Amino acid sequence: MVESPKMIANLLPVTVRDVSVIANQKTILRDINLEIACGTRTVILGANGAGKSTLLRVLHGLVKPSSGVATSVRGAPLGDVQLRAHDAMLFQRPVMLRTSAFNNVLYATQHLSPTKRNGDGEPQAVWEALRAVGLEGIADRPARVLSGGEQQRIAFARALVRRPEVLYLDEPTASLDPRSARQIEDCIQCAASSGVTIVMSTHHLALAKRVAESIIFLHEGRITEATPAQVFFLQPQSTEGREFLYGEAI
Amino acid sequence: MNSLTDAFVGALQLILNADATLLSIIGLSLQVSVSAVALASVLGLVLGSLIAVSRFPGRSLVIAILNATMGLPPVVIGLLVYMLLSRAGPLGSYGLLFTPTAMVIAQVILISPIIAALSRQTIEDAWRDYREQLASLGVRGVSAARTLLWDSRFSLVTITLAGLGRACAEVGAVMIVGGNIDGVTRVMTTAIALETTKGDLPLAMSLGIVLVLIVLAINILAQSLKSFAERRYG
Repeated sequence: MVESPKMIANLLPVTVRDVSVIANQKTILRDINLEIACGTRTVILGANGAGKSTLLRVLHGLVKPSSGVATSVRGAPLGDVQLRAHDAMLFQRPVMLRTSAFNNVLYATQHLSPTKRNGDGEPQAVWEALRAVGLEGIADRPARVLSGGEQQRIAFARALVRRPEVLYLDEPTASLDPRSARQIEDCIQCAASSGVTIVMSTHHLALAKRVAESIIFLHEGRITEATPAQVFFLQPQSTEGREFLYGEAI
Repeated sequence: MNSLTDAFVGALQLILNADATLLSIIGLSLQVSVSAVALASVLGLVLGSLIAVSRFPGRSLVIAILNATMGLPPVVIGLLVYMLLSRAGPLGSYGLLFTPTAMVIAQVILISPIIAALSRQTIEDAWRDYREQLASLGVRGVSAARTLLWDSRFSLVTITLAGLGRACAEVGAVMIVGGNIDGVTRVMTTAIALETTKGDLPLAMSLGIVLVLIVLAINILAQSLKSFAERRYG
């Protein structure tokens, strides 16, 4: 596994206060309040269009709130470029550069802040990240000709090599076959066990059950439930949560 | 029919014998077109990249104008450059009219919008795909632009080759600003026009054959490059 991120916290806990996001005159998120603590595993659930991906992007600093504040432990806004080295995000559809799998992972190390760069050790870190996702054997192959599952694991290695405090995952298994999804899940569990904070959105309830310590349930841009995972899956408190979980109107 | 056959046979003889006049015209043509494409590529790629990744008021209008300039009539560009470079024009003192430099200037003006418009579209498509991932990795500004250009390199080379094909086949602008002076500004297209009117069909046809072969070779090269890139890099 890539070196544990148990270091001086630069990012966590992340605090979101009264955040709303409005795009094209449509409210995507409204009055979001939450805190992501160090070492936790949080899964964001909700129907399509509930705002899960947007919330992840707010947390990762890719989307600026229209109102409210989203800050790191030191008070810096989450979009601050200095914080970019301390978290990583895995997207639903991985973007691979037109180069080898190895170089795709190496690329992620070349844009870290000087304090996080590992100098001559970077190729070694890349090998470790590729080993962690079980792809060191295909490091020389062009990334774009790999299968969807392999590309997602390369993207995972690209995230790991940055030694993030927190890893955001936006439906990481959505377009993968069961075997590939399982491999990604193994990577997530491995990262979590090494101390990386996990925040993931998914529609895959079995995956959510296995990974989550806590659930944030979104409905039409609002958090309707933020509870321990066991409570949510046993007895969801909100009507929307029950509808989502059991797939029918209550 | 006989005249056509005679012209064709004569053309082949000129090509096979590596006729000095023929080679001189081909050499100058390639020199002018390659120089123009090199300059137009720098201008077009920079302009295309900037428009692709930046957002500013009136951007849609700029893109519409840029796309429209791809269809600028070469003779109009030739006339414009002629007026700029003629003795009475603002750049007349440089004495560039009826020189290869004037032909390069006209071709740069002709090709740059083509390269800029096509590369803008290519880079903008790539930017749409890569933007979040690059932002997530903390890649911004010049680094992001460099990544986009490098990752789109095969498409951009194909666009550049399309520009070269256009430059090689162009006749109107270079005729006006070059003057078709023997040994100085006579290129393949202008020579074909002249020799046809003079009745020297073998020379005109030999130049035509070479021109078609060059354009064909450029297109085959562009297609091969694209296929290779897709096979090798996905």
